[in-house]
Amino acid sequence: MERDGAGATGRRRWEQGTLRKALERQGERLDAFSTVSSLEVERLVTAEDRGASDPDRDLGYPGEFPFTRGVHPTMYRGRLWTMRQFAGFGTAADTNQRYRYLLHQGQTGLSVAFDLPTLMGRDSDDPQAEGEVGREGVAIDTLADMEALFDGIPLGEVSTSMTINSPAPVLFAMYLAVAEKQGVPLDRLDGTLQNDILKEYIAQKEWIYPPRPSLRLITDLMGFCAEQVPRWNTISISGYHIREAGSTAVQELAFTLADGVAYLEAGVAAGLAIDDFAPRLSFFFNSHNDFFEEIAKLRAARRLWARLVRDRFGARDERSWKLRTHVQTAGCSLTAQQPYNNIVRVTVQALAAVLGGTQSLHTNSLDETLSLPTEKAVTIALRTQQVLAEESGVANSIDPLGGSYFVEALTDRMERDAQAYLDRIEAMGGMVAAIEAGFPQKEIAEAAYRYQRQIDSGEKTVVGVNRYVQEEQTAVEILRIDAQVERDQRRKLAQVRAARDARRVDAALAGIVSAARAGENLMPRFLEAVKGYASVGEICGALRPVFGEYREVAVF
Amino acid sequence: METGGARRRRLRLLVGKVGLDGHDRGAKIIARALRDAGHEVIYTGLHQTPEQVVETAIQEDVDAIGLSTLSGAHLHLFGKVLEQLRAREAGDITVFGGGIIPDDDLESLHGLGVARVFRPGATTDEILRFLDDEVTPRHGTP
Repeated sequence: MERDGAGATGRRRWEQGTLRKALERQGERLDAFSTVSSLEVERLVTAEDRGASDPDRDLGYPGEFPFTRGVHPTMYRGRLWTMRQFAGFGTAADTNQRYRYLLHQGQTGLSVAFDLPTLMGRDSDDPQAEGEVGREGVAIDTLADMEALFDGIPLGEVSTSMTINSPAPVLFAMYLAVAEKQGVPLDRLDGTLQNDILKEYIAQKEWIYPPRPSLRLITDLMGFCAEQVPRWNTISISGYHIREAGSTAVQELAFTLADGVAYLEAGVAAGLAIDDFAPRLSFFFNSHNDFFEEIAKLRAARRLWARLVRDRFGARDERSWKLRTHVQTAGCSLTAQQPYNNIVRVTVQALAAVLGGTQSLHTNSLDETLSLPTEKAVTIALRTQQVLAEESGVANSIDPLGGSYFVEALTDRMERDAQAYLDRIEAMGGMVAAIEAGFPQKEIAEAAYRYQRQIDSGEKTVVGVNRYVQEEQTAVEILRIDAQVERDQRRKLAQVRAARDARRVDAALAGIVSAARAGENLMPRFLEAVKGYASVGEICGALRPVFGEYREVAVF
Repeated sequence: METGGARRRRLRLLVGKVGLDGHDRGAKIIARALRDAGHEVIYTGLHQTPEQVVETAIQEDVDAIGLSTLSGAHLHLFGKVLEQLRAREAGDITVFGGGIIPDDDLESLHGLGVARVFRPGATTDEILRFLDDEVTPRHGTP
């Protein structure tokens, strides 16, 4: 207390003396300083601003509750984060080549990007797929494609992340079938499914069914994995897309954790024991330009989640309390103008993710505002991580910014503001009800619009866009997806359909429909169907009449 | 606020998300900015086929269509919209667009009849200026 008093006196003396004189001579650059999310930033944070916090209670030690300083006791001294570049384009064979290249370059995990028809549960020969096949990710129709995708890649030795949501259980069943063919026992498989349908309604907008049946698919998968694929991360609860859709950092944090709460509730309601499935939930956050805000967000996320899962859901296993996360740098922060500047943005964002204590990281490539990245651009992005990991020294001490007055105060602030959102969502009846009411969607649209106005007016700077603009265009190489990909993929699908046992497929699809109606776990049914080479579109289509289709009320 | 110069004409505009792409941040910002600038704006919502977009444009009798896609399918999808507009004798509706579009495709899109392409970093003011300068109401000034 005495020290606080002395601090307060010291601060008053500084404010009234040194600071006042300096401000009289020359004002500050701006009337008010704020983060990229418009959170006000104070001039100076000192020890007495931290008076109410208790380091033992609020920070703890690495690997201990509430994990503010990190989920692992040794963090990057023990093992560096996983460098995992998201990749997928063209046919399965094209993407398989890119995976082999990335593994050869020292990447330590795989991350599959599927094309839009696959994400929407539609086959490559669906009329709605026209023009989209293999463009934004790899086209997967049947098990034959999944076999080609992982050809020569031993699934027992890599960890694989799959960005797939509404049709996630179907694609996961294909992955399991490939593992089985490779002779890898399911309990040795390591990886993550995104499988986060709630953020689809909020932000990414690739859905098939309405929220409630979609949640049932998720609890089926969680139940199946708890028994048979225990090392698999069943949901990657994603703030990434929420941020990309234009949210603030606090909204990203709050809506993501609110989604997490909804999954915990759904699991418990489906009869699962919290400690049987909560340890397999992982997270996925964005890392935007505002360096300290991002670090504070990740630290606050861990503390909030730990307290929620332990205190509200009564989890006893400490693995349930740990928020393990993947981070991707912010695609929406990159510019088409002066694209080489993007390398610098990505470096700053990646550094924030590392100082925030991420478990794995994707760094965006400089050309992603123009097209999917070229191999050369991806290599620079991967090297950025390697330089941070092995040259910069930032991985050598755990949570090196812990105890910084500013970072701790900002962490507290993020936690407080996110909690206020969580309370509002709770009062609405939880996240599913809030989504059905359009609440997070509207909040994000507001924030996105505000930010665009700030850029248009010059209130927020984007280098090369609204300041330091250059007339000449910088030409960069880009990756082209040949229209031939779509024709080849359709032909391949037709061949698979012709060669398979049609009766087995029909029986499997009928089995899916009856199990869906009866409320049985659908995972074994999906496995049976994919092994018979039923397609993603056929399986998802079989469930449409049972589950219905989601329709968004579009507001702007 | 603004006096003198060309007076802003009020246009009927359709903002369309075409294809399976769900990235609607840009489309919604543009729709709102155009509305705030005094235009009448209709937004199609997500996952529209080219046929649906053209149908809405004709039904709503719009002066211009702003198409957005970030999935890389712009050549195919924008091309289809223009083809359908011409087939339905509505080729005088101006089509502009935006998204993740590489340099090499700009010329092809112009060739297809896309009046202007706005890419990441374009300001809402640029789009408004384009509409003021290059789009006239199809049925004369109201």
